[in-house]
Amino acid sequence: MPNTFTLIASSTAGAGGTAAFNFTSIPSTFTDLCIITSLRSERTTGGTDNLRLEINSSSGNFSYIYLEGTGSAATSGSDTTNIVGYLTQDGGTVGWTANTFTSTSIYIPNYAGSNNKSISVDTVTENSAVLAYSYLFASLWSQTAAITSLTLKTGSGSDLTQYSTAYLYGIVKS
Amino acid sequence: MSRPTRIEVNCETGVETIIELTDAEIAQREADAAAWAAKQAEEDVAKAVAEEAKASAQAKLAALGLTADEIAALSK
Repeated sequence: MPNTFTLIASSTAGAGGTAAFNFTSIPSTFTDLCIITSLRSERTTGGTDNLRLEINSSSGNFSYIYLEGTGSAATSGSDTTNIVGYLTQDGGTVGWTANTFTSTSIYIPNYAGSNNKSISVDTVTENSAVLAYSYLFASLWSQTAAITSLTLKTGSGSDLTQYSTAYLYGIVKS
Repeated sequence: MSRPTRIEVNCETGVETIIELTDAEIAQREADAAAWAAKQAEEDVAKAVAEEAKASAQAKLAALGLTADEIAALSK
């Protein structure tokens, strides 16, 4: 079991937010990658924004199955987009509590190998209300290239708010 | 209005750079957002249709004489 987390890079959005976090030139010296984020969207329409992951600048060749809990119901499903979670946002129909963020863990084993890349996601929104989303994603990027860059952005095209943070860790098998 | 920016972190050098989105990146971002909004709208319609069908089925079962508890038991 890999247990040696090493911080590769981190970033926090400043005033005005950011359209995306791009981690580039990821070294191939680790066994696995883990991204830990605390994110919120500036979106003000609709209910809940979503988080997208791009690998090597690609948003295609993704698929996933998921489990969802809302605080009052549970469901499951599947899709073929690069969604890796849902995000609290600044406005819209849900009325997410101000300054609450979504916590997400994205784990990518064997990221530098030559097989398709599996991705495990555990994510939960924060909200001072009954409604809060918790998701587990089992995702697949059906490409064999080693992962050298990762991008996190919203699905709505809105910016991620100020104080959104992303940490990229490398893990070496012990 | 200022252009949106992204944060790029070079993991080899540790250098963080704030970069303005290019016209192509902005266009892609808008296209992605439109595609997702359209997909969301489709899902909302499908969900509303399913809920309407469920309510209709429950009403028909009630008309046949099933109690609310019996109807609820069917979906467990």
